[in-house]
Amino acid sequence: MAADATPHAPPRSLEPAPLAGAPAPGAGGDGDKGNGTAASTALPGRARVSRNADVVQTWASLIALGVLVVVFAAISPQFRTLGNLQQIIDAAAVLAVLATGITFVLLLGAIDLSLPGVIGACAMTVSLLVANSRNDNDLGLLGVGLTIGLGAMFGLLSGVLSTRLRIPTFMTTLGMSAIGIGIATILFGGSRPVVLDENLNAWATSRIGGFTLMSLIAVAAVATGWAIQRWTRVGRYAAAIGGGEDIVALSGVSVARYKALAFGVAGAFYGLGAVMVTARLGSGVVEAGAGLDFAAITAAVIGGTLLSGGRGGVLQSMIGVVALTVLANGLILTGVSPYVQQAVQGVIVVLAVAVAVWPVRHRLGVVK
Amino acid sequence: MDDDTGTSTPAPVLAVRGLTKRYPGVLALDGMDLEVRPHEVVGLIGENGAGKSTLLKSLVGLARPDAGSIAVRGETVRLRGVAHAASVGIGMVFQEQSLVPNITVAENIMLGSEGAGVRGGLFRWKRMAELAQVQLDKIGSAVSPRARTDSLTFAQRQMVEVAKVLALEERTAHEPVVLLDEPTSVLERDEVETLFAQVRRLRERASVVFVSHRLDEVLEISDRVYVLRNGRVVAEVNPAEVDATDLHHLLIGRESTHSHYHDDAQQEAAGEVRLSVRDLQTAGCDKVSFEIHVGEVLGVAGVQGSGREELCRALFGAVPRARGQVLLDGKRVKLDSPRGAVLAGIGYVPSERRTEGVVSAMSVKENLSMAHVGAVCRGPMIDGRREHDLVDKWVSRLGIRTPSGDTRIGTLSGGNQQKVVLARWMISDHLRLLILDHPTRGLDVGAKSEVYELIRELAASGCAVLLLSDTLEEALAMSHRVLVMKDGQVTACLDAPRGAKPDPVAIMEAMV
Repeated sequence: MAADATPHAPPRSLEPAPLAGAPAPGAGGDGDKGNGTAASTALPGRARVSRNADVVQTWASLIALGVLVVVFAAISPQFRTLGNLQQIIDAAAVLAVLATGITFVLLLGAIDLSLPGVIGACAMTVSLLVANSRNDNDLGLLGVGLTIGLGAMFGLLSGVLSTRLRIPTFMTTLGMSAIGIGIATILFGGSRPVVLDENLNAWATSRIGGFTLMSLIAVAAVATGWAIQRWTRVGRYAAAIGGGEDIVALSGVSVARYKALAFGVAGAFYGLGAVMVTARLGSGVVEAGAGLDFAAITAAVIGGTLLSGGRGGVLQSMIGVVALTVLANGLILTGVSPYVQQAVQGVIVVLAVAVAVWPVRHRLGVVK
Repeated sequence: MDDDTGTSTPAPVLAVRGLTKRYPGVLALDGMDLEVRPHEVVGLIGENGAGKSTLLKSLVGLARPDAGSIAVRGETVRLRGVAHAASVGIGMVFQEQSLVPNITVAENIMLGSEGAGVRGGLFRWKRMAELAQVQLDKIGSAVSPRARTDSLTFAQRQMVEVAKVLALEERTAHEPVVLLDEPTSVLERDEVETLFAQVRRLRERASVVFVSHRLDEVLEISDRVYVLRNGRVVAEVNPAEVDATDLHHLLIGRESTHSHYHDDAQQEAAGEVRLSVRDLQTAGCDKVSFEIHVGEVLGVAGVQGSGREELCRALFGAVPRARGQVLLDGKRVKLDSPRGAVLAGIGYVPSERRTEGVVSAMSVKENLSMAHVGAVCRGPMIDGRREHDLVDKWVSRLGIRTPSGDTRIGTLSGGNQQKVVLARWMISDHLRLLILDHPTRGLDVGAKSEVYELIRELAASGCAVLLLSDTLEEALAMSHRVLVMKDGQVTACLDAPRGAKPDPVAIMEAMV
């Protein structure tokens, strides 16, 4: 079919006909600055949109969470019990730690798909370092520390590979995930190591004030993550790099170094998450991290962390974590089929991303 | 450093000698000599391509000169990058805003050199704010260091950038040299006044290099002005002794009009109107109205920020939220997508050839048939033979030097790539208007001449052409009429018939 040059459609009128002399309508409802010349107010207005988008997004996430809570509470009496609250927090613990970690990577504007592999390798590692059914190790907390360190090494490696070899993080971390699964499978060696360390098993079982030890560890980890984001160079620079990598580089900051460090921080949180999963399962499992990458990214995005970087943070991601957990919990309590639940989660993440980029959609340009 | 009010010339803070930088096909700096003395504002003016931006880049270590030297306080330096330049006391306020929007003002000012603001790896926010406040106080800015940067107006951000550059002082133990690259291009008149007040204050503690397209501003603020042309300094003037007209003459130079514009091929334009634009309104363009006739080349002249780039992108439907009435052969065209523009018979040759003009990993063939794949299709499938024939026809017709249609276009020279881009639009029988955004940018003289010839042919065949030129000379030589834009508005429209081209000075006066 030859490209026809004449548009056959009847000439539809251009929508807002510009009125001579009338003040230019502010670009998209943000114009509270006095209208000077229409052309030049457009630029500051755009900056304002993104500023507002930040606040709007956080509120939107909170409101969405509120709506979920209200709806489920209205439908299910079981939902509105203290016991269920404790259950939700316990169920959110692992995801909260992982989402805290991945937030640092997403702030950069990068992506991290290494989570399943890193968790697999770390889960096998910790189960073989603490008292277990396979060997005579009994390193206890030291084993936990080493595992967190291993997670950090994985992250650093992803970061260094991405920055030094200039491979997209999408690809390096996907490869890193496969490497992690490979290592985990070798460590697994055919028989599952059962965790015999009482202290570690107690993470999932013993309760303080009705909350599992794991919930409290998660809260402490999230607080640490928030502190890293707020007070350390790696945290601040991660956000700055996401906001304008070239500018940060032009200021003389070694962008590659802080990118790698941000991946390292993320990896350390994955390591802790792997320990928590292992405590919950009571044994080392290769697939301990399956699906958690999607859940962690979903949580961060629902909370308002922008995949293009520079926006969001640990606390915002936590809104997403709680929202996802409440959703799963509520869907179960209201009797929705588990088969449908996953589809619902998928729909929600796409919607969340659409809402998040809506205010800035004109500036995104080519979407890949 | 001593305050110098005497008549003797003080030793320069910054001395550039014989600086030369060659890019492929372009001699960007051709033995440039200039110096900056303590506590003075040096103005730099020149047309696009005169070498201003390459000079500035060399001064902050973003470009490595091929020859010549840069001396700071008498010591020759080879600058390795922005951080290195900063360590010897040279800082630049970049033309495009160089602040990270999503962090605080204090962080931006201190970025990369937090000093006492970070201790033991931890940010001390109070200390950061105090340190940043010191810099903000130097220029008397009322911006809060704790404010998020994207909550500021453009003028405020420009001040923060200056404060950021001033923070250099703390690191060098010398008074810095501050390079301001087009700092006023996004500012309103009253904001410019504020900036100028700050620049005068800045002069007390630093030397300033001020680059602007706006001559009146350069004359107003500078103590000395260098006029650049073709990569060298062609004049050093005292602003008190010259007026804008003198500068216009210096800017344009005397050598001009070459036969490579194919002047004789300029034909009379037909009477009927091809494109009529009324009150086009978009970011950077304010109520622009004009017409182009069948077979006419309309040049659009203007400096950076004049809105002419925005104008041509808007006409091609590539700018969101453009409004206005656009009639093509009397029919309304919606400005909502490039697709719509192509269907209406509009073609666009973008200025960024490598990123927007060609897909360098694809073949000449694919690049050529890209916009009108329909022409080589049989049903839903691309007909290989038809495509092949079409490409062969155009390759020989335009003299595109390529081994074959299957060659990767990225391996061809710039001129041949550009000819493919032109052919992409010329293959359509329905082409009514071709928008050329800097079609000869980065091409050598021979390739330029060939492109000019093609433009003449196109116009002769009845196509209307909207031409944004690299140089004023090119716009004048190629166009039937020249539209002059300034600050988003049309300030003049001059006839440029063959043999009676208008005086470039008149156009320059309407531009700046």
